[in-house]
Amino acid sequence: MAGEAVKLTKAALTLDDGARFEGQAVGPLTEAAGEVIFITAMSGYQEVVTDPSYHGQIVVFTTAHIGNYGTNAAVDQAQEVQAAGAIFHELWLPPVDHWLSERDLPAYMAAHGLVSLTGVDTRALTIHLREKGSRNGYIGPWEADPGPALAKARAIPSMSGLDLASSVSCQSVYFRQGAPSREGRPNFQVAVIDLGVKKSILDQLCAHNLDLTIWPGQTPAERILAEKPQGLFIPNGPGDPAPCDYAIKTAQAFLGRVPVFGICLGHQIMALASGARTYKLPFGHHGLNHPVVDSLTGRVWITSQNHGFAVDPQSLPPGLKPSLWNINDQTLEGLEWTDIPAFSVQFHPEASPGPHDSLGLFERFYQMLRAHHA
Amino acid sequence: MPRRTDLETILILGSGPIVIGQACEFDYSATQGCKALREEGYRLILLNSNPATVMTDPELSDRTYIEPMTLEVAREIIALEKPQAILPTLGGQTALNLAMDLHKAGVLDQHGVEMIGSNPMVIEVGESRERFREAMAQWGLAIPASGLANSVEEALVAAERGGFPAIVRPSFTLGGSGGGIAYNREELKELAWRGLTVSPISQILVERSLIGWKELELEMIRDLADNAIIVCGIENVDPMGVHTGDSVTVAPIQTLTDVEYQALRDDALKVARAVGLNGGCNIQFAISPENGQRVVIEMNPRVSRSSALASKATGFPIARVAAKLAVGYTLGELKNGITGKSACFEPALDYCVVKAPRFNFEKFAGASPVLGLEMRAVGETMALGGNFREALQKALRGLETGRLSLECREAQSVKLEERLDWLKRKLVTPDPDRLAMIYSAFKLGLTLAEANALTGLDPWFLGQLMEIWETEKFIAGPLATTLALGEVPPVDWWIRVKSQGFSDLSVARIVREARPGPEITPAKIRALRLAAGARPRFRQVDTCAGEFAAETPYYYSSYDAPTPPPPLSPREPGQEPGHRPRKVMILGGGPNRIGQGIEFDYCCVKACQAFEEMGYATVMVNSNPETVSTDYDAVGRLYFEPVTLEDVLAVIEVESPDGIIVQLGGQTPLNLAQELKNAGAPIWGTAPEAIFQAEDRQGWNDLVSRLQLKQPPSGMAPDIDSACRIAESVGYPVIVRPSFVLGGRAMKIIHRPEELGDYLSGLEASGLALGRDTPILVDKFLDDAVEVDVDAVADGEKVVIAAIMEHIERAGVHSGDSCCSIPPFTLSPVIQAEIRQETEKLGLALGVKGLMNIQFAVRQGQVYVLEANPRASRTAPFVAKATGRPLIQTAAKVMAGQSLRELGFVEPTGQSYYAVKEAVLPWNRFAGAEVDLGPEMRSTGEVMGLDDNFGLAFLKAQAAAGMTIPRSGDIVMTVSDRDKVDLVPLARELTLLGFTIHATPGTKEALEKAGVAARRIDKVNAPRPNLIDFLLDGKAGLLVNTTSSPTSIQEASLIRWAAIRRGVTMITTMASLKAAVAGLKEIRLKEGKSQLWRLSPLQSYHGQSLGD
Repeated sequence: MAGEAVKLTKAALTLDDGARFEGQAVGPLTEAAGEVIFITAMSGYQEVVTDPSYHGQIVVFTTAHIGNYGTNAAVDQAQEVQAAGAIFHELWLPPVDHWLSERDLPAYMAAHGLVSLTGVDTRALTIHLREKGSRNGYIGPWEADPGPALAKARAIPSMSGLDLASSVSCQSVYFRQGAPSREGRPNFQVAVIDLGVKKSILDQLCAHNLDLTIWPGQTPAERILAEKPQGLFIPNGPGDPAPCDYAIKTAQAFLGRVPVFGICLGHQIMALASGARTYKLPFGHHGLNHPVVDSLTGRVWITSQNHGFAVDPQSLPPGLKPSLWNINDQTLEGLEWTDIPAFSVQFHPEASPGPHDSLGLFERFYQMLRAHHA
Repeated sequence: MPRRTDLETILILGSGPIVIGQACEFDYSATQGCKALREEGYRLILLNSNPATVMTDPELSDRTYIEPMTLEVAREIIALEKPQAILPTLGGQTALNLAMDLHKAGVLDQHGVEMIGSNPMVIEVGESRERFREAMAQWGLAIPASGLANSVEEALVAAERGGFPAIVRPSFTLGGSGGGIAYNREELKELAWRGLTVSPISQILVERSLIGWKELELEMIRDLADNAIIVCGIENVDPMGVHTGDSVTVAPIQTLTDVEYQALRDDALKVARAVGLNGGCNIQFAISPENGQRVVIEMNPRVSRSSALASKATGFPIARVAAKLAVGYTLGELKNGITGKSACFEPALDYCVVKAPRFNFEKFAGASPVLGLEMRAVGETMALGGNFREALQKALRGLETGRLSLECREAQSVKLEERLDWLKRKLVTPDPDRLAMIYSAFKLGLTLAEANALTGLDPWFLGQLMEIWETEKFIAGPLATTLALGEVPPVDWWIRVKSQGFSDLSVARIVREARPGPEITPAKIRALRLAAGARPRFRQVDTCAGEFAAETPYYYSSYDAPTPPPPLSPREPGQEPGHRPRKVMILGGGPNRIGQGIEFDYCCVKACQAFEEMGYATVMVNSNPETVSTDYDAVGRLYFEPVTLEDVLAVIEVESPDGIIVQLGGQTPLNLAQELKNAGAPIWGTAPEAIFQAEDRQGWNDLVSRLQLKQPPSGMAPDIDSACRIAESVGYPVIVRPSFVLGGRAMKIIHRPEELGDYLSGLEASGLALGRDTPILVDKFLDDAVEVDVDAVADGEKVVIAAIMEHIERAGVHSGDSCCSIPPFTLSPVIQAEIRQETEKLGLALGVKGLMNIQFAVRQGQVYVLEANPRASRTAPFVAKATGRPLIQTAAKVMAGQSLRELGFVEPTGQSYYAVKEAVLPWNRFAGAEVDLGPEMRSTGEVMGLDDNFGLAFLKAQAAAGMTIPRSGDIVMTVSDRDKVDLVPLARELTLLGFTIHATPGTKEALEKAGVAARRIDKVNAPRPNLIDFLLDGKAGLLVNTTSSPTSIQEASLIRWAAIRRGVTMITTMASLKAAVAGLKEIRLKEGKSQLWRLSPLQSYHGQSLGD
């Protein structure tokens, strides 16, 4: 019964360093290119491939089985699938019977045009990426001569210096109404500059009584300021923060005026706006099990992470204080602005997928708005 | 917070004897805990009655008490040792209950002892159904609709609310003990009564049944700073309705979405906060497959069987971390030894882990092999694989049940046309063989949806079984055809088959069935596979799915990896670059089962230590997640693999050890010895040929007669006539057993010819028919003989006795089930000398290098040799603990080539105290089984009693085994005719000691004739109320009951069942009664003195014996 419904074609992932990993292409599509990164999450594959932060990347799932519980639209993080490709150890091909599932993963990928390989030795691939660093790769049909595929892999532009956020941002402004205000809990107007914001982040902001105006990433700061938002949120997004000069300018315009909260790429942009520097990590953080410690209290959160760049703690100007650290590799995970109402985190408090330990940060943003506008 | 400096001495509680539901996982956790606290510099006091454990090794704590885990003893130890803290969370339910007893009795307060790792409030909430319900409600967590009941009537009322089927869960019991599912009022009455009886607080929970819901467990750790992590999520393949200890389980969780999983995780954190957890805990959930509704089933505020499994599955040492948290650390301060990163993280898995339970139903005639809420598995095996199917099939072959594939063997005996219906009927009730039944039914056309409806197994798991069948079709089709044509299948075909978990054995079987022919043997399959280049890859267990470079010396094999992995770079302690240390590989014993358990793990672990000390690199192969030997920290390098020929050879191929040790892991590795040697592997220690000679009937007989030793006359019978002839010629009673079944299975003592006929037809009925190749052994049974076990070490030139153990029960009781004493308490020096001499002769003649165990029987001044086992015995740890001699370490050194002379190892002499070992039997888990000790072993664990006086050592052993002999009160006596003479003097002593005797008419008459007063009590078949009611009403503290014939065994079982249900201590042999009376007299003598018995740690006993 396996494989009858789904077409499998012998294919390979070729990395730009010449390493080649064999697998079976699932469905009709067999070609994709992008930066190859691995994620150690054991659940939440659908959330991952629809997360705009993965835009243009080929995501390697290290977990043994994928597709076990099908897919359902409610957990999509964007309208469209964002990853350029997906690499699986074993994709479940027979029909899925799970109460939440609307469509099996192979059918979902076919409908959304996601290229994937199954039957790949993902452990060997992961160790390769860990040792050699994240690199570009090309998925294509299996050919005896690895030359052409390697050439294609090498032709992929590097992520560094590339503005990917623009390509995933919304094209026109839109609104989302926050949860209705209750006694003693008024709503606030918050501007979101869209660099590829995850749906679950918007959901969380709304749930915390914030009325959102979501602006295309490249909107000039003056245009947004003209609407007099009471706070600014800078979200996640794909790739290198350095080329997002438009967003950095917006952040500069807002910092000190109203409360600002940033997550992931937003955190990096806020740091850059304040004069800090960012750098590329060797193979990034992609997983649901990253421990982050509050250097003041010693309190540890298990967090969901997905980033290839990080803020350099050596580069922090006065007025910026490191607050949270990754216990595994001592990279910077959170920043506090000492003189103005602003804070940011490198990880994903909204999770989706991942643990909810740091969900309270949204409430913190709400309270910051409230104190500021009291 | 750093380590607490206000503590100096910590009392750690172990878990007592191995029983069903509480096995050697607690040896693993407490051993880890001892190591973790020792490195912090604390002075450790350990209390555990079980001498077979690693944790009771005197090297692991400062003061090791192998004493009964009773309130009385613990109180005295606390007064003596003055600990500042007590750590009860590593020793299972036994430790928690004892700690709670100490707390309630005010002992902890009185002596200023702080409970660490948990506190009475947390334990209360976790254990009391009522408090737990309140706490959950407070935090908004759903639990199954339920009602608490303190009486049968209340239970009925509670069930009316929730409806039937209803689940009964007694409060404060172990491994679901006393729980069950009631489908109607009558069943509920019975279950409720039983549950109330076994609950120490006479309370049960009657709960809405969630049969068919998904069952999940989260293993978590929380510290007092409120940091918390989920170490591992485990999904039960068997849905709700089967105890998790009896379920096949898988990690990570396979069938939940991230939303569902995170909701579960959130709930788990709430539970931990609700109860104020500090340390490890296990939380069980049920989730409806229909709508995702979830409920919390229960929480264990301590490390558990599941946490041991989770530790092995992920590489995260839960017990170690829990111990560190107990002394003040927070999670963020601790390191994960594997990655060198923080211990405050959640492991990520890139493989599948499957655990499968091991059962021993066949040993309990009369008990039905149905699974429910009460745990019945006696052991388990775990396997890691690249996918679920590979892990599952590896786990199943690791069980060593003789299973070659997923096929249901029982179904094979049903007519083909009726087979599917038969299977469908069977599938409705959970059965140990359920996965195989589903598999067989699939092959007969059962659909996945039907299987789901019948069993409630998640479609994903059922789909996995379907996938395995797809591969089987490939084996039976293209692969078999190719082989039949004499062609060589290509490597990717082999990988395709092997990555689904098929062993060479099962491939050979499938091919032979598809294409009958003699040439396809497992060896042929292996040769073709290797020729094609299809070999397993070994992967590291790194806790992080490859994200970080790991240092773990912990591996598993998988074929599910098309590209070769990077070369292994394992840790080799003290290794200079370019220098390869000599390497020893030790084979473990696989899953625990009755007859092969923790004792062998102790041997493996001690030997590993000895080899490491000698400078060897050590490699361990084992598949039992409960053990210390599968702690990557306890061995040089660990391969978590089934202990089968194929899997062991694969490890040998990558490790090329200089020596392989097969004599320490019990029968499992021993059975592989010859084949390993044939494959060119260097077996150290006793030669496989000698092992065979000792096991082979003819070889053994030849040896015994060559050495001019005496053994009971015997013969082999291929049919009933010759069996009768042999029995006549050697004289009844005889002891019979099939020659082709291992481990004392189906062994029986036969007194009359008719019984022999019944026995043989019984064998035939259970598929063990006699034949030329399958004869039965008929031995003269030495009635009323004293049995003796001897453990010794030999080096080929010299044999040194480690201990002579005299059994308390007379011959006929399996040595594993009998009580025994070091030193002997009745054997004369002359007899002992003869036993020594014979042991020496046998050891030298067999060329034993390492350990050996010989069993003798002594009757009327004659010594008979019964059997010799050239391997570590079940008693080896007991001997080591009793005598304080490095028995296992010495054997290891001998195997490595040193001589006993060099080592200066001599027989201990002048031991001035007694060590009594007693067995613990699992009758309470097998309702309806015959309750009688016999030649077939049925005990699950053991305890040791130590004292200067034999009788007191015996009483301590009884108390430790949960059979505390009362010091006064009422005794029920009903003994067989042959025992009546012996009973009289003992009964007289008992009346003098103040006991009141209630005897059945025959016994009463015998006693009164001799002038011993007894009250009459009616026999079991007399109108009620009779002695059954007397026992059930709790009117007696002791039952003395012996029996001699099969019919009276059935009768006796009814009486004994009443005692078991009511928790009445029972004595079933005159020899035990005699020992008990000796102990009671000693106590009476000492009454009023400051100490009734001696209470000192192992270290001072050993110092004493060495000083002599």
